[in-house]
Amino acid sequence: MTTMDSHPVLSLEHAQKSFGAVHALEDGDIELFAGEVHGLVGENGAGKSTLVKILAGVHRPDAGRLVLDGEEAVFDNAKQSQAAGIAIIFQEPTLFPDLSVAENIFVGMQPLKRFRRIDGRRMRRDAAGFFEQLGVRLDPDRLARGLSIADQQLVEIAKALTANARVIVMDEPTAALTTAEVERLFGIVQTLRARGNAVLFVSHRLNEIFAICQRVTVMRDGRHVLTKSIEELTTQSVIRAMVGRDMDALFPKVATEPGGVVLKVDRLTREGVFTDVSFEVRSGEIVALAGLVGAGRTEVARAIFGIDRWDAGAVEIHGRPLPTGSPSAAMAAGIGLVPEDRRQQGLIMDLSIERNIALASLDSVRRGGLIPRGAERKFARDWALRLQLKYGKLTNAAWTLSGGNQQKAVLAKWLARKPTVLIVDEPTRGIDVATKAEVHRLLSELAAQGVAVLMISSELPEVLGMADRIVVLFEGRVTCELARVEASEDAIMRAATGVVEEAA
Amino acid sequence: MTALAEEQKVVHRSGSSHVIAELLLRFRELGIVLALVLVVGGTTIDNHRFLSLANVQQVLSAASIIALLAIGETIVIITRNVDLSIGSVLGISAYATGELYHRHPHVPLVLVFLLAVGIGAAFGVINGVIVTVVRVPSLVVTLGTLYVIRGIDGAWAGGNQVNASMLPNSFNKIGYGTIAGIPYLGIIAIVAVAIATYSMRTFRTARDFYAIGSDPEAARLAGIPVGARVFLAFVLSGAIAGLAGAVWLSYYASVDAIAGVGYEFQVITAVVIGGVAIFGGSGTVLGAALGALLLNTINSALVVVNVSSFWSQAFAGGLLVSAIAFDRLIAVRVAPALRTRRRARV
Repeated sequence: MTTMDSHPVLSLEHAQKSFGAVHALEDGDIELFAGEVHGLVGENGAGKSTLVKILAGVHRPDAGRLVLDGEEAVFDNAKQSQAAGIAIIFQEPTLFPDLSVAENIFVGMQPLKRFRRIDGRRMRRDAAGFFEQLGVRLDPDRLARGLSIADQQLVEIAKALTANARVIVMDEPTAALTTAEVERLFGIVQTLRARGNAVLFVSHRLNEIFAICQRVTVMRDGRHVLTKSIEELTTQSVIRAMVGRDMDALFPKVATEPGGVVLKVDRLTREGVFTDVSFEVRSGEIVALAGLVGAGRTEVARAIFGIDRWDAGAVEIHGRPLPTGSPSAAMAAGIGLVPEDRRQQGLIMDLSIERNIALASLDSVRRGGLIPRGAERKFARDWALRLQLKYGKLTNAAWTLSGGNQQKAVLAKWLARKPTVLIVDEPTRGIDVATKAEVHRLLSELAAQGVAVLMISSELPEVLGMADRIVVLFEGRVTCELARVEASEDAIMRAATGVVEEAA
Repeated sequence: MTALAEEQKVVHRSGSSHVIAELLLRFRELGIVLALVLVVGGTTIDNHRFLSLANVQQVLSAASIIALLAIGETIVIITRNVDLSIGSVLGISAYATGELYHRHPHVPLVLVFLLAVGIGAAFGVINGVIVTVVRVPSLVVTLGTLYVIRGIDGAWAGGNQVNASMLPNSFNKIGYGTIAGIPYLGIIAIVAVAIATYSMRTFRTARDFYAIGSDPEAARLAGIPVGARVFLAFVLSGAIAGLAGAVWLSYYASVDAIAGVGYEFQVITAVVIGGVAIFGGSGTVLGAALGALLLNTINSALVVVNVSSFWSQAFAGGLLVSAIAFDRLIAVRVAPALRTRRRARV
């Protein structure tokens, strides 16, 4: 805003990039000015990641111009992009777990003393200095292994500062952060802006875009749609630009008449993780497990599904107790689990899409001890169609799918088993708006068909929009249970942060 | 050793109940030294001749060759690769050295060692090119070259043997000579390990090895020339194996087509016992060298206490598995400690 009339630090004009037959980017345009935070939004598959990777020097555009300080630039690799003063903070930072924090910051550009030896003392001192500038406490000597994602991002930002980066690209930096960590990150982004850096802020969360950006660029289907200053935009107009249509019904929970209790969790305890957790899910109901990251929500889900053992308490399906620590028993009882981390736990990324979809249903596909390819493919195609999965070929590896479609594939895998209880952990994390709505519609339909759905979500609007009842966890304990009508963001946040009025 | 003192300070500052576990994890070398002391002490009580000068010199010399090879192997393993061909490279380099002396008895010593290093480096180049350019996993590539090189060696050597009488005394002396009781071989290994340990800590290229092994994709994103570094690691490993070939010949003073068979597994065992992570990213040359010393000491100790030599292999294997199990155990115990510390700070 301050220097809008001068020329941009960095601009990308009409960039194109294809991978084989897939046009990932058809018309990528972006202009970044010093001292601005520029939001980049678009659905998954809109070409944001490709654009970011072109700036990073990871991909080379097939066509288009990259202009740096008024001069055309070509990046053949990440190093050249870095040398040009561009730093990328990826959603999942790529640190070296075996190296110290200080080494991570200075990797490839360690300060040297005589004979090109690394000056370890100066490296540690400078690292500590950067953290002081950013106003955070982090031990430069500590190994990066075990750092929280938020701290890992700090290391990446410190790395960017060391390299004297003028352009800092943050690719969905807040996706895995807690509210407090997001606040801290925003403070740091403001510091960067004040220093005269240009920040490109890629995010799915529009409220964040509106909180921190001065200008916004919207992309759709690999093309630039609009770039406007934030004052000229509203959430609705941005969403419209992203999906090409209005999205009034983001959370289409169909009202259902809940049936009998299907899943009953009674005083479930896992030492040091969660304590005395009790709740019920009825058929046709969506119950949300809310709470802050680390409150024990995922752990409860894992225990119910039998991945982790519980120390006390009981889990019943239709009144029949479930043994502890047995996922196969949980599956036999009709539970499906769509895990939070679909890359690691939800899908086998190198396996084909069809195999992934059929993986949990092999009993119904197999003939004797064999699995006929044709039957497996037909089965997978059937479910891919029902969930409107967008794929190249069913025989392609699962990693070829976009994030939203990967999630649909995981859902397909479990829906194919016709579960009576479906546990979904952060079902829409990192998924674009349109697919998000589809996933919500799907969950709602499932509930309407009588499936008991247990949903873990960190997004309050999602919880409020989708859930019939909300169970809030705080530090491993249930602090409150709210019916749909009495739930509000305020009430959930109070319970999730441990502020509870017992009388209520 | 100031670095050590500093690191210990960090451990103490963190003030968790896992100080010992962390200490052992960070300073694997301490654990090996401790094991060495136990083995040497125990065996000496049983048979005092174990600590005789001759036996100590013999153990040190044999361990030196494995320790030399371990330097190169450590570098390769740190980059998340493996070099199985070192035993064969050692063999062919040893035979080439012997043949050279056989044909030109008066060739200068420096030239002999240059030739040995050159042969090793050449095979390292082949391994490196196939791994980094053709992108075949190093396990497969070096398993292949292990056999190919051994085959060439066998075809070349046939049933021939080069023995001590064909080698000049100046060369043989490297194998048996001592300074102040320390064998030359030991001195060569100690100097090499010291240089390598220092370099692995101090130079950017060396830190790149660690970064690549820790996360190859991140290394690429960080602008590290991954291919060039991995290539370099293989060339270094090959060159060191070549050098070790000449050293080997000076020690054993005769060579045929089966010199160094199976060394790769001894070396990898030593490296892993020495605390180098088999999937790369962490470990030190010093640890690997100490691992080599420990293995050889145990082998010798078992002989001294009259255990069949068959058992020494079983023992080495058991030690290898326990070393890795120990790592896992510590990692599992330390991980929660790291987690709670993080939470405490937030």
